[in-house]
Amino acid sequence: MKLRSAALAAAMALTGATAQADVKVGMITTLSGGGAGLGIDVRDGFMLAVKQAGRDDLDVVIEDDQRKPDIAVQLADKMIQSEKVDVLTGIIWSNLAMAVVPAATAQGKFYLSPNAGPSPLAGKGCHENYFNVAWQNDNLHEAAGAYANDAGLKDSFILAPNYPAGKDALTGYKRFFEGDLSGELYTKLGQTDYAAEIAQIRASGADSVYFFLPGGMGISFLKQYAASGVDLPLVGPAFSFDQGILQAVGDAAMGVKNTSQWNKDIDNATNAAFVDTFQAEYGRLPSLYASQGFDTANLLISAMVKADVADADAFRAALKAAEFDSVRGDFAFGDNHHPVQDIYVREVIKEGDVYTNKIIATGLSNHADAYAVDCKM
Amino acid sequence: MKRETWINGAALAVLLGVPLWAVMADEPFIITLATRAAIFALAGVGLNLALGTGGLVSLGHAAFFGIGGYAMGILASHAQSYAPIMEAPFLIEGTKSMPVIWLVAMVTSALVALVIGMLSLRTSGVYFIMITLAFGQMIYYFAISWPAYGGEDGLSIYVRNGFPGLNTLVPLQFFGLCFAILCLALVLMNAIHKSAFGLALSAARQNETRVLSVGMKPYHLRLVAFVISGAVTGLAGALFADLNRFVSPTMLSWQMSGEIIIFIIIGGVGRLFGPVIGAMIFILLEHTLGGLSEFWHVYLGALLLGIVLFAKGGVIGALAGREKAHD
Amino acid sequence: MTTLLFIEQMLNGLQFGVMLFLMSAGLTLVFGVMGLINLAHGSLYMVGAFAAAAVAAATGSFVLALMASLAAAALAGALIELTIIRRLYDRDHLDQVLATFALILIFSEGTRWMFGSFPLFLDVPSVLAGPVTLPGGIQYPAYRLSIIVIGLVVAAGMFGLINRTRIGIRIRAGEADREMIAALGVDIAKLYTFVFALGAALAGFAGALVGAIQSVQVGMGEPVLILAFVVIVIGGIGSIKGAFVGALLVGFTDTMGRVLLPQVFGLFLEPSAAVSVGSALASMLIYILMAGVLVFRPRGLYGVA
Repeated sequence: MKLRSAALAAAMALTGATAQADVKVGMITTLSGGGAGLGIDVRDGFMLAVKQAGRDDLDVVIEDDQRKPDIAVQLADKMIQSEKVDVLTGIIWSNLAMAVVPAATAQGKFYLSPNAGPSPLAGKGCHENYFNVAWQNDNLHEAAGAYANDAGLKDSFILAPNYPAGKDALTGYKRFFEGDLSGELYTKLGQTDYAAEIAQIRASGADSVYFFLPGGMGISFLKQYAASGVDLPLVGPAFSFDQGILQAVGDAAMGVKNTSQWNKDIDNATNAAFVDTFQAEYGRLPSLYASQGFDTANLLISAMVKADVADADAFRAALKAAEFDSVRGDFAFGDNHHPVQDIYVREVIKEGDVYTNKIIATGLSNHADAYAVDCKM
Repeated sequence: MKRETWINGAALAVLLGVPLWAVMADEPFIITLATRAAIFALAGVGLNLALGTGGLVSLGHAAFFGIGGYAMGILASHAQSYAPIMEAPFLIEGTKSMPVIWLVAMVTSALVALVIGMLSLRTSGVYFIMITLAFGQMIYYFAISWPAYGGEDGLSIYVRNGFPGLNTLVPLQFFGLCFAILCLALVLMNAIHKSAFGLALSAARQNETRVLSVGMKPYHLRLVAFVISGAVTGLAGALFADLNRFVSPTMLSWQMSGEIIIFIIIGGVGRLFGPVIGAMIFILLEHTLGGLSEFWHVYLGALLLGIVLFAKGGVIGALAGREKAHD
Repeated sequence: MTTLLFIEQMLNGLQFGVMLFLMSAGLTLVFGVMGLINLAHGSLYMVGAFAAAAVAAATGSFVLALMASLAAAALAGALIELTIIRRLYDRDHLDQVLATFALILIFSEGTRWMFGSFPLFLDVPSVLAGPVTLPGGIQYPAYRLSIIVIGLVVAAGMFGLINRTRIGIRIRAGEADREMIAALGVDIAKLYTFVFALGAALAGFAGALVGAIQSVQVGMGEPVLILAFVVIVIGGIGSIKGAFVGALLVGFTDTMGRVLLPQVFGLFLEPSAAVSVGSALASMLIYILMAGVLVFRPRGLYGVA
């Protein structure tokens, strides 16, 4: 059986025909509750690519993890044990990824991460079946640090929530930023009032503020910062300036510089088509997360064209090659299966009535992550 | 035989029968679900001693559930990396042995329950609900911001811990273990309920003044009940962490405390098997409703509301035709 | 820390406390009069914020938005009181907790169904945008100053309503002995609906006020709900005065804890550890405060036995 499928795969590689076995994908993502916007974007981006590929040998099962790690683990068990999926994907949050990915890859499943990139999975805990299509968690923060140097900023006040991703964020910024730090703060996770922090920023004498406050925390911070009259330049990662939440921040976000590996104005045919078709299909502009979902599906489809999923080694090699048209332009994996990519600096602008971003510079070119050296694969 | 006894027997039979059927139908995930139900039931059985028999509505039992989980996570992660937990003043090594982990989980939860109980039992009623919530939140925020054991990311264990003579990686064997512990806990609770201590505890809930007047101290009765309750819920936490091979601060969140209470209310407060039936129904709802619609929480909410409003005494109460639990 | 910064942080604590009072007043009123634990209070806060955001988007008027928040939350409150809540007054706290928890699920996902999964936009009115300069040179956001003023006015109004008006007398009588005032010919059912709708309106109003400087999104009510419970338990459940004192206490403790604790630990720990430990302790501080108050005063500061 194994011999036959290998021979088949070889034959098909020669003729360029599609592999025969159906590929079953399990998508575990957040579709209900407060963080649902991100999961819905990843799902919609992913399913758009699936629809455009029009393959009948690709089967996607979607389940809602409610942003709870134990539910995510349970769903992963279900997909592996009952649905017998070949590939898992979809998880948004690092803590859920840490709960699911090690066990799934240990059981021989492929995992393609469309969003979370916790550092353990990029370094010592890397795995040959784990591919991160988005970024390692530190990447956007590192680019922000590099941008701050380029912009001539000398002294930053930095803040993030007091949990592992927040600490990674500030570590990433400090790894590249060469100036001084007038203040470093960790806020409570889920905090909604930042008056005390903003007062400290005002008194600190810094010339810039770097903040990582994803989701609603960022909306609150930006609105309160704008009302406070403190006018130091703000820098942040894309998560607080994404298409989904930017409309809720409004004018308070105008002009803020943020770092991202994608934007809708990246100039290539795939991206232009993606932005148009996404808008036509769902009636809204795509977000960062949607672009990551779209790329994840296209990576998977590119591997399906080249190899049979039953032949894990060939399929893995096909994933690693990453020969698909990414909305980011060039896309390549490093040795630890994390992207090596350009990270851009964007500025929040207004197009008509809609707040969005435009690229103004490149923060880091061909950037890999700092943990790859620890990965023994 | 009373109708409630039949219902209880049927519940156990279903909980045991479903995984056996699942093995034959080759549906290993159903076994996982049944294991989850058994473990949640155990957590509820623990809380039910305080809440049902003792009348102590604790909205902080997730603390013990999570502490049990972290006992497993910390011990197993140290065993996994061959790094002792502490070397001075004496050596403590990690372990992958379930019985040891369970013991540690129960003792730690019991000690924490003793401290929380000593302070919280000075209050009563709504204040007790809220002070237990406060202690739960303290431990939750501590776990999120304490970096040594993963913070919000939690701790992953790659291989399930071992039990002498069993292969715990086989879903049915691990289920059997959890089911056996649940049964043991039910037997223990039944014995406590019928003991002099259980009767006095019940009496303290119904009429504190009378209990005082016969010379017993309700505070001490309740403290003992709270500690036992915490220890049993802690054991459930250790099993839950082993089921998922993962522990994180969500096990300590107030929503978790709320869920454990929900199991009890769905089944029937103060009934021996209330948490068992409640947990089974909750898992069933969560599993089936989730597939129906993206907005399935609406249906879950409506169902819960229906149970509270129209099935007084929980599902057992409705089925057994008796609103009040047998005291 | 300079004196000016210290004063500014005290103002922040006061403003946070006033905000918490708006949220807690309704909760403590409903508990005091009807003996009901209402976990869905946070959902009414969310309803107010969403109604305000929707009306502000449609009309552009912040005043209309605030009125919409009052109306929507009061309406939602009256509706659930008439259909569900009134069946819970005779039940024990456990049933109330479960039923109102179920209401949270229904409200949250219902709102997501109506408004989508993305946060909504609600901005401060342009006259209150930006900072004003206070005596001594402190720059302080005008909108936050207005929240302090509005909160104090509402607090005064609440005291007046409870202590000086006929309806207030009935509310207090209902707290003391519901059978007796029912026997005296007061329509207790109507009174309860009124009190519940009033509490809901206050929560919705707070949601709209706070929503303008925070994020209007599904699930915004739950963190505030927990804080509000902390406040009313510290103050003594049922006491408006207690809620006011408790809210200010929590506001100051939380704000000053966040500011001072990392600095205090910085005196004897290395900086990064101090920030980490200080922040961790700061996030636990209000719960420590609450446990401390309850250990020494098991019925809160102004609770009656």
